[in-house]
Amino acid sequence: MALEYHVISTLVEDKPGVLQKVAGLFTRRGFNIDSITVGESEVEGLSRMVISVHADKKGLEQVTKQLNKLVDVIKIKDITNNAVKRELCLIKVNIPNEKARAEIMQYTNIFRAKIVDVSEETLMIELTGDMEKINAFVSLLKGYGIKKISRTGLTAMARGV
Amino acid sequence: MRGGEAIIESLKNMGVDTIFGYPGGQTIPFYDMLYDADINHILVRHEQCAAHAADGYARASGKVGVCLATSGPGATNLVTGIGTAFMDSSPIVAITGQVPTHLIGNDAFQEADIIGITMPIVKHSYQPKDPDLIPSIVKTSFEIARTGRPGPVLIDVPKEVQEGELTKFDDSLIQTPGYNPTTKGNIRQIKKARDLIKEAKRPLILAGAGVIISNACYELKKLAYTINAPVMTSLLGKGAIDETDDLALGMLGMHGRKVSNDSINESDLLIAIGIRFSDRTTGRLDSFVPDTKVIHIDIDPAEIGKNVDVDLPIVGDARNVLSSLNKLLNDYKASDDVNKWSDMIKQRKQDLLPRVTYDDVPLKPQTVIKEISEVLTPESILTTDVGQNQMWAAHFYDTQKPRKFISSGGLGTMGFGFPSAIGAKIACPDDTVVSINGDGGFLMVCQELATVREYDIPVIAVVLENRTLGMVYQWQSLLYNERHSQTLLGNSPDFVKLAESFGVNAVRITKPGETREALKSAIKDNEPILLDVVVNPDELLPMLPPGAGINEMIGEYKLEKDVI
Repeated sequence: MALEYHVISTLVEDKPGVLQKVAGLFTRRGFNIDSITVGESEVEGLSRMVISVHADKKGLEQVTKQLNKLVDVIKIKDITNNAVKRELCLIKVNIPNEKARAEIMQYTNIFRAKIVDVSEETLMIELTGDMEKINAFVSLLKGYGIKKISRTGLTAMARGV
Repeated sequence: MRGGEAIIESLKNMGVDTIFGYPGGQTIPFYDMLYDADINHILVRHEQCAAHAADGYARASGKVGVCLATSGPGATNLVTGIGTAFMDSSPIVAITGQVPTHLIGNDAFQEADIIGITMPIVKHSYQPKDPDLIPSIVKTSFEIARTGRPGPVLIDVPKEVQEGELTKFDDSLIQTPGYNPTTKGNIRQIKKARDLIKEAKRPLILAGAGVIISNACYELKKLAYTINAPVMTSLLGKGAIDETDDLALGMLGMHGRKVSNDSINESDLLIAIGIRFSDRTTGRLDSFVPDTKVIHIDIDPAEIGKNVDVDLPIVGDARNVLSSLNKLLNDYKASDDVNKWSDMIKQRKQDLLPRVTYDDVPLKPQTVIKEISEVLTPESILTTDVGQNQMWAAHFYDTQKPRKFISSGGLGTMGFGFPSAIGAKIACPDDTVVSINGDGGFLMVCQELATVREYDIPVIAVVLENRTLGMVYQWQSLLYNERHSQTLLGNSPDFVKLAESFGVNAVRITKPGETREALKSAIKDNEPILLDVVVNPDELLPMLPPGAGINEMIGEYKLEKDVI
């Protein structure tokens, strides 16, 4: 079964248990959710949930139909191919020496990231972008020693009207 | 008015006359309020049976069944019953007590996250945190349970919410923008169905429980007669068409009638209605109707294309779609090809009628079912347990009307037969209700003998006693070199004495003819009774082995025409 990457945007009622129900339908099929982000939507009382997952076509079709059956789920759309995708990442990196500090600050500029906290031995950097950009930045910093990474997971929105 | 009283009032507004339940610590306030209420409460002897009884009530009547249990173990005991109702699309509302809100999440005494536990097996669930919400929640729960594809809804009521005073009784429906079942079929699709039917030379119809649930049996018969197409059913579709009708072939599937299993792949058009193509119905998928066009009509879009690839999907309520389709077929005249095909299948049905006449002692189960058939009328309700008893009943009992054959299909829950019969009898007090059980499944729920005695519910419980767990025993016999691992019940109780200890009459039956007589007098007495029928454990059904195609039955299939 070939697993493909999908980004699914759903509009759900802002009620306890919705996240659990949605996640449950994926886990039941053995699909590992790569990330899931939830937040308020443009309508009061409704949340938008963005799920990125590796799934096979037929299985995902079934999950989508099952999601549609949940009373709390209002709309579902697969926006894999035509969406702006963003993720926010916080990285705490070691500063072994002064040279490293300068280099890291340069990289931060190139990637349009921001330094949000400084200590004598570490820097905390905030970066927004798609997954590839964040992965590239993380691998650049690996050599200095990354102390912590915290990523929000993907949020996305379909392009156009 | 307090929360518990609001539950009772709301249930009454929904037309509920009976609830099945079992009290406990967190439902004491509710039961105190029930003490003065004019609503019928049946005290079952195990919560699981409350859910099964509510389910049987719902299936027999088409109305929503209601069951009630306390928090924690009471609620978890409902789970099997809720799962059973979920798999078979049966509308029940399960109400559970919950520990007071301020204790939820503290591992309080008898606390269980029943909302979380039942999440995958309910259609929806609510936990009112304010007594004012109760009337709306009860009303909306009934609405969700019975509309669209029906299913169970859970309402988990914390103790202090049962006791709290309402400031107002507002039962307006809760807005559910995400819940819009499609009932009306797309007319363009229905027109395409008409065209496929007109082109077909060898049409067959496969009817499932959806036909019964949507009350589409008249429309189904009309379609079958218009296009002269024989009708097969799933297990739960039994009764969608009168099985004594020439056009009715009987059940399809792993334990189906040979005529259905042999014929389905010869058809060039299969019209599947209100059915989910369970693996027990289809056998191996790649040899299921490989060269047949399939029209699939179902109210649940998630069922379409799930198991069987479909040429023409129609999402909608079976009754609605079929009546539109029938109108479009007003000018249809069956071609010679169709009539020839239909006649050939009808003849095949006669040629392949399974043999039911035996004089053997120990009794063959077929004989027992046959004698039961002879006594019961089309109005009688037959419930079954799960296992061989169920398949014998399904295979050898001709169901003539909808809602008269009640069985746990999807979940296959042992212990369903007897309590569901209690619910069915409460729903239809004028109809004879017989439950067919094995000795294994009956022992799981035999405590309900106390319930039928207590409330004088004249259910006739038939126990086919073979001292084995027959279905697994059969698989072991056929497929596992007769290694009967843990399927011999050995020292079973004396079922007659068991029933008598509850004050329920019982008869032991060992010879041909005795079942018929015992059943006749049981119906006349109108008292709860147990018929302990000793049957041959080595009587095996023909079946599809797992992984086999639909037309690859194994086992000896004895025919009525071969009787000397």
